[in-house]
Amino acid sequence: MADEIKTGAYICKGCDLGNRLNTDQLEMIATREGRVAVAKSHDFLCGAEGVKMIQDDIDSGEANRVVIAACSRRAKTDAFSFSEIPTSRVNLREGVIWVRPEDDESQETTQEMAEDYVRMGCAEIKFMATPKASEEQGTNRHVLVVGGGITGMTAAIEAARAGYQVSLVEKSDTLGGTTGQLYKRAPTRAPYADPEDTGVTELAKMLEDDDKVSIYLNSVLSSSDGAPGRFDVEISASNADGSTDAAQTISCGSIIQASGQIEYDANKLTEFSYSEAPDVITQLEMEALAKAADGGAIKRPSDGKEVQHVVFVQCAGQRSDKEGHLSYCSGHCCNTSIKQAMYLKDNAEKAAEGSSIDVQTTILFTDLRTPGAGGEDFYRSGQNKGVTFRKGTVSAVDKNGNVTFSDLILDEEDTIDADLVVLATGMIPNSGRNNEREDELSAQKTQLEAENKEVPQEVLDEIAIPVESILNLKYRQGSDLPQLVSGFNDSHFICFPYETRRTGIYAAGPTRRPMDTQQAQEDATGATMKAIQAIENAGKGMAAHPRAGDLSYPSFRKEGCTQCKRCMMECPFGAIGFDDKGFPEYNEARCRRCGTCMGACPVRVISFENYSIDSVGQQIKACDIPDEFDEKPRLLVLACENDAYPALDMAAQNRFEYSAFVRVIPVRCLGSVNTIWITDALNSGYDGVVLMGCKKGDDYQCHFVKGSEMAHTRMSKIADTLQTLNLEAERVAVHEVAITDIHRVPELINDMAKTIDEIGMSPFKF
Amino acid sequence: MSDLNQALADKYKGNFLKEVIDNVEEGDRVQMCMQCGVCAGSCPMGPHWEHTPQKIFMMIRANKREAVLASDSMWMCTSCYNCIARCPRELPITHIMHGLATYAKRLNLVPKTQPTAKFAQLFWNNLSSKGRVNELKLGISLYFMNGFGEGVKTAMANQKLGLNMLKTKRMAINEAWGGHSVKDKSGFHAMLKKAAEIENDTIEANSK
Ligand code: SF4
Ligand code: SF4
Ligand code: SF4
Ligand code: SF4
Repeated sequence: MADEIKTGAYICKGCDLGNRLNTDQLEMIATREGRVAVAKSHDFLCGAEGVKMIQDDIDSGEANRVVIAACSRRAKTDAFSFSEIPTSRVNLREGVIWVRPEDDESQETTQEMAEDYVRMGCAEIKFMATPKASEEQGTNRHVLVVGGGITGMTAAIEAARAGYQVSLVEKSDTLGGTTGQLYKRAPTRAPYADPEDTGVTELAKMLEDDDKVSIYLNSVLSSSDGAPGRFDVEISASNADGSTDAAQTISCGSIIQASGQIEYDANKLTEFSYSEAPDVITQLEMEALAKAADGGAIKRPSDGKEVQHVVFVQCAGQRSDKEGHLSYCSGHCCNTSIKQAMYLKDNAEKAAEGSSIDVQTTILFTDLRTPGAGGEDFYRSGQNKGVTFRKGTVSAVDKNGNVTFSDLILDEEDTIDADLVVLATGMIPNSGRNNEREDELSAQKTQLEAENKEVPQEVLDEIAIPVESILNLKYRQGSDLPQLVSGFNDSHFICFPYETRRTGIYAAGPTRRPMDTQQAQEDATGATMKAIQAIENAGKGMAAHPRAGDLSYPSFRKEGCTQCKRCMMECPFGAIGFDDKGFPEYNEARCRRCGTCMGACPVRVISFENYSIDSVGQQIKACDIPDEFDEKPRLLVLACENDAYPALDMAAQNRFEYSAFVRVIPVRCLGSVNTIWITDALNSGYDGVVLMGCKKGDDYQCHFVKGSEMAHTRMSKIADTLQTLNLEAERVAVHEVAITDIHRVPELINDMAKTIDEIGMSPFKF
Repeated sequence: MSDLNQALADKYKGNFLKEVIDNVEEGDRVQMCMQCGVCAGSCPMGPHWEHTPQKIFMMIRANKREAVLASDSMWMCTSCYNCIARCPRELPITHIMHGLATYAKRLNLVPKTQPTAKFAQLFWNNLSSKGRVNELKLGISLYFMNGFGEGVKTAMANQKLGLNMLKTKRMAINEAWGGHSVKDKSGFHAMLKKAAEIENDTIEANSK
């Protein structure tokens, strides 16, 4: 029985579908053309009775696959979840009646639209099987945390509290990291008025007392390898005398990289006299002074004099496009300066006991940025304590502490003679080696040398800078997490925090974006949840983000494989290796099931159980293509299911209309689009093809990071194909679409309809 | 007086904000201004005077003592209260402006030709003599503020308005002779004297 395909097609008449469409006709099409075993309609398919009707057919063996012709696959997922049974959803509501006007004139084309979608669903279902867990993975409830700063400590305690074993690896001889060097931190709870204790000591104590947590101090990862559920990690400790102990090997289920940040080198800021003047210091040095004073008067480094006027220079070497400066905002330093000014104010108040001795504190800023719930309150509290804020750009600090700046409110140059100047220099991520850049540089060097040309000094210099690896991954893709803009580790700032391209390894804290201690702790908690999910899913053979829970999995037909290695090169997650014969070797737990490999394979031998070249290709072919003289063009839209397809659904919810000539097929990622689909579509008479995927590039929104980019590259080469077919280049368009583009998606479709109107119908109709 | 000015300037050297906090009514609120500029944008006098409230508050924090105390701004404030109504930080801007004016006057730093300062003095003299504002006398003294000739001219020009006001009982001519006062006039004077003493003592003390 299992071999015989018996499809049940169920057509819903609810949500006005029964009024707008001829469902008898749809049933007939499913039976005659879709060759389904049963075809039934129901007035309210997602209701208990409708669902029971389907379930009864399944239970009685009348149907072992179902086609649900009702609403979008994104709606009513609870009602229509027949586990173990492949299900195809035909989108008649959001995809047809909601985007078409309800008038007699449109009736015919609207009905045709619905009929085609039914044909497509019936075609798709023939190529779908239920994915099964491979049971290749074990479950290893052990989380490895790299970095013992506030982020790593928080991640460790959160994982331990959730019942997971934790190994916490810290390079230095103590826990705490940068936060451990602070006297206090900016407040994390209401009323956000005063600096508060960092909490590092208590956290360290909690970790030491927790028998689920093993702490490795003076230690680094000398090697790591594996996949979610089965990482093997080598931890090497060094002794005070510089010798190293024999590495210990542990296995763990997932890894959290919390390697933190490094303070920007203020020596680069020659205009602020940092290297010459002892009384020009960084924020971290100010913390040391405050720690030394421990509530007493703060004394300046040069002569130990109690300070009277302290100036804080915000954005020192930050948010600037000058050579060697940081282009970004470090996010914490405005609050940090307010906090440090409070150290001075609070201390002076205590010391003077009501007398009028006062330490003046002036914060010079261009934009005061105090993010977080309490930021504004903290700023206000600073003002209340008498901290002076002046909006101005500092041009120079001389050796004697004269700070020259232009006041942007009073519109004039001014100078303050300060005892102590604190520079807000910001943070640099401690993100390990940039393998991509290294490869680029050495390729450049090899190329130049091969051409007998001189290698420029900058290139040599950059190559010579030693960077320590943090993970020492034994992956083909390199030793560390990939880096994005400004050297921060992989992970999307907004859409998918913590997620990296190395499945099962999560980035948390300032290694992935600038942040303060509170944000770092929130980050740690988030990353821990991800790390736990990775462990649990890997154990069940399920995918991690963004297809969390997916059991489908790519496999390839060995006989057809030409060993071209395209799949390996294009897989954004490094999930594909090669065996000694040169055939691809899939690493299931690292795979995110995006299908980019499937889109890349030139001989089309890669497929998933329920998503394949055929499952989409046959839908394309199933559509009815009217002949040239009907004046009914056909447009194919391949829409990424993550953002573009939901945007289309939302456009439909708003009843934004679009052309009735379009047929939309959701795809897992634009990266999974194989060019054969495009050529097949054009060859079989489609007049235009529109691809909609997420934003690519540095500020990507692509859920599979590189999928959309790969698709764009592939499609840029489709022009040749079009030329050989003698077709206009305008017939294929690729768009980056965001989930919020609900006004734009219908326009993009209509634009293509207009283009076809102008250039004429395809000559390939039969 | 200028000795007092000098003494205060020396005392608060380099920290005018502190001087304002200690000596100007509601001056402690100046530090809470976040320089959003809403007051500057709301003030009907904005384009007509040297410094907007926003600028004045910034100048105080930037230690521009002379420029602030000699500014015409606080003398131009019409007490419309637009700024107070709108300030997101709820600064009593109008009151601070008047507080600054009072302080500047005490230190003898009022711009010499400032007509609104003259008017303010006339108003005070009028009010403080009997505890009530005598509108007729105030009007007359205002007409004659710039000399007898000017005064006659202005009075003639406004003749009709004056007669109409008499007719509609908006002006009582007998107020020109004496005019009525608060019940306990000497008590009122004693109270003003005491207040002046307290203010003087505070500032004197602060200058030491
Ligand atoms: S937090 Fe403040 S000081 Fe730091 S970079 Fe951002 S704006 Fe500049
Ligand atoms: S390209 Fe995507 S589907 Fe293919 S192996 Fe890589 S992660 Fe898995
Ligand atoms: S409106 Fe208030 S906060 Fe804004 S500039 Fe004026 S006084 Fe300052
Ligand atoms: S009260 Fe004074 S300062 Fe405020 S808006 Fe009115 S005139 Fe301007």
